[in-house]
Amino acid sequence: MKNTQAPQEVVVTGTATPAPRKSPFVRKFQRDWQLHLLMLLPLIWLLIFKYYPMYGAQIAFRNYRARAGIWGSEWVGLKWFKRFWTSPDFAKILLNTIILAAYSLFITFPLPIIFALMLNVVRNEKFKKFTQTMTYIPHFISVVVLVAILNQVLSPVNGLYGSIYRLFGGEGYPTDIRSSASAFRHLYVWSAVWQQLGWNSIIYLASLSSVSNDLHEAAQLDGASRWKRVIHVDLPTIIPTLGIMLILRCGHILSIGFEKVFLMQNSLNLTKSEVISTYVYKKGLQDTNGFSFGTAVDLFNSIVNCILLLTVNWISKKASKDEVSLF
Amino acid sequence: MANNAKAIAAAEKKVSNKIGLSREDKIMYTVVNIIVCLLLLIIIYPVIFVVSSSFSSGNAVSSGRVLLWPVEPSVVGYDIVFHYRTVWSGFANTIFYTVVGTAWNLFMTTLAAYPLSRRNFQGRGIYMTLFTITMFFSGGVIPHYLLMVKLGLTNSRWALVIPGAINVHNMIIMRTFFRNSIPGELQEAAMLDGCSDIRYLLQIVLPLSKAVMSVLLLYYAVGHWNAYYGALLYLRDEMKFPLQLILRTILIASTSTDLTQIESSSAQEAAKSAGEAMRYALIVVSTAPILVVYPWIQKYFEKGVMIGSVKG
Repeated sequence: MKNTQAPQEVVVTGTATPAPRKSPFVRKFQRDWQLHLLMLLPLIWLLIFKYYPMYGAQIAFRNYRARAGIWGSEWVGLKWFKRFWTSPDFAKILLNTIILAAYSLFITFPLPIIFALMLNVVRNEKFKKFTQTMTYIPHFISVVVLVAILNQVLSPVNGLYGSIYRLFGGEGYPTDIRSSASAFRHLYVWSAVWQQLGWNSIIYLASLSSVSNDLHEAAQLDGASRWKRVIHVDLPTIIPTLGIMLILRCGHILSIGFEKVFLMQNSLNLTKSEVISTYVYKKGLQDTNGFSFGTAVDLFNSIVNCILLLTVNWISKKASKDEVSLF
Repeated sequence: MANNAKAIAAAEKKVSNKIGLSREDKIMYTVVNIIVCLLLLIIIYPVIFVVSSSFSSGNAVSSGRVLLWPVEPSVVGYDIVFHYRTVWSGFANTIFYTVVGTAWNLFMTTLAAYPLSRRNFQGRGIYMTLFTITMFFSGGVIPHYLLMVKLGLTNSRWALVIPGAINVHNMIIMRTFFRNSIPGELQEAAMLDGCSDIRYLLQIVLPLSKAVMSVLLLYYAVGHWNAYYGALLYLRDEMKFPLQLILRTILIASTSTDLTQIESSSAQEAAKSAGEAMRYALIVVSTAPILVVYPWIQKYFEKGVMIGSVKG
């Protein structure tokens, strides 16, 4: 009995030379060393491919020359940032990026929610399933193919656009909207709606499926119409999911993806389609001496994004009393 | 999802047996069904149009006679596509990048996700922070490019495989799955029997994780199949180009249907119209592999979104 009550003391007094007391850190490491071993390769990868470029981003403050390397290149402070802020392109590019991102957000964010709410109302299971299956398909089409389809279909000469124009009595060929600056934003945003409407609704449909049926039944007995139930039962259920998704989207508002814009760009729509990421590519990578300038522009973009994300998250955290927050 | 709508319908039936479906509700259901039908048509129509055009004669395509079904059915477009040498090499390269890249992705993602799924893992917070930071901040494309030059990875096939090893979002999906779907008692029991962490991962966790593995396999594989940015940045040699970059060259960089080129000789006209059918055929050929497996894998994609939506 005595031994089981105080086993440690018995062991310690029992050994002739007491083992040196190990710190909790060492004991934990001995317990978890295999987990650390598993983590080793990802850690090395992370440091090389993610953190080394962050360290390398300091060339934004230097006059980078390949032969001198990162440390050997002279320190020029904010020179490149100033050059960007004072360049005639600055306002145009920033505005293009913000407008495109905001337009995207206002359209592509709410539509999948409305679509999910509508699908949730559809009572024919088979039709609903079929609609889901079909509307997810465009999500898997690559950007290259998407833009290629846009180019083909919108061709005024032999595309669908031209055919429909003539079908409704148009003479000759319509104007080429693929190379029209004013059409660029609409094409960009609405093709994204076509591609992502179904897919982006999945997450909302998932949270809608957690609505308790008792709630619906009770509301119905109280005389609530289906419309009323959408507003007062379904919608409140998806608000937390919606909040998180909105924060994430707002945080990335300036990081309009390079891939699609770059493919849709041509010399005629450049006044509206030049955004920060494509500008970085052109100035930084296609120009032989643009490494530092391009990095500065990219860094500026990254920092603004980070600040936006943290701000939006902070606001949402306050507004929802700690319910909707990323961290 | 399915059960829910059914249950609502059942509940409604129960209630409406007592009070009947109101006129307001009838209108609501009709309007919603019509809108959903319209959206469905708008989304499917371009897909049908592209497929139909690819199976039509070049002449029918370029004169705009294809509207819904193939006109003057022909496979001339496909014939031209399969005579492109770069299309074949592009396919081979894309398959290489997809297979090798996805295997590497899954290997590395598992290595990181498993330790992070263990709640009492020493230093878990630090590791997780290191990963999370990269979701919101990066050094940018140029420092990354300079790193690749330094490592000698430019114009190497490995440039498209090694750097993208782990997508942090996918890693979190896997970590959440390990944590929530594999009972902790299992680990306690295994550890009591003297099972090591690595052996536990290999013999117990992995066999139980087929669902999350298939989801991530598909996410990563589709990502590799559709990617062109890395190849655009790092590859110079056309024989190493993935299919998407070849597509870009053929389909986008050389749009030959400008209004200025309308007046041309009849021979050129014929070649050009065959070219139109070829473009559609190329679009179909490059996307077909994904669409063919799509019906079988659809449930996994949905599952993935749902696993991912659980905040861990």
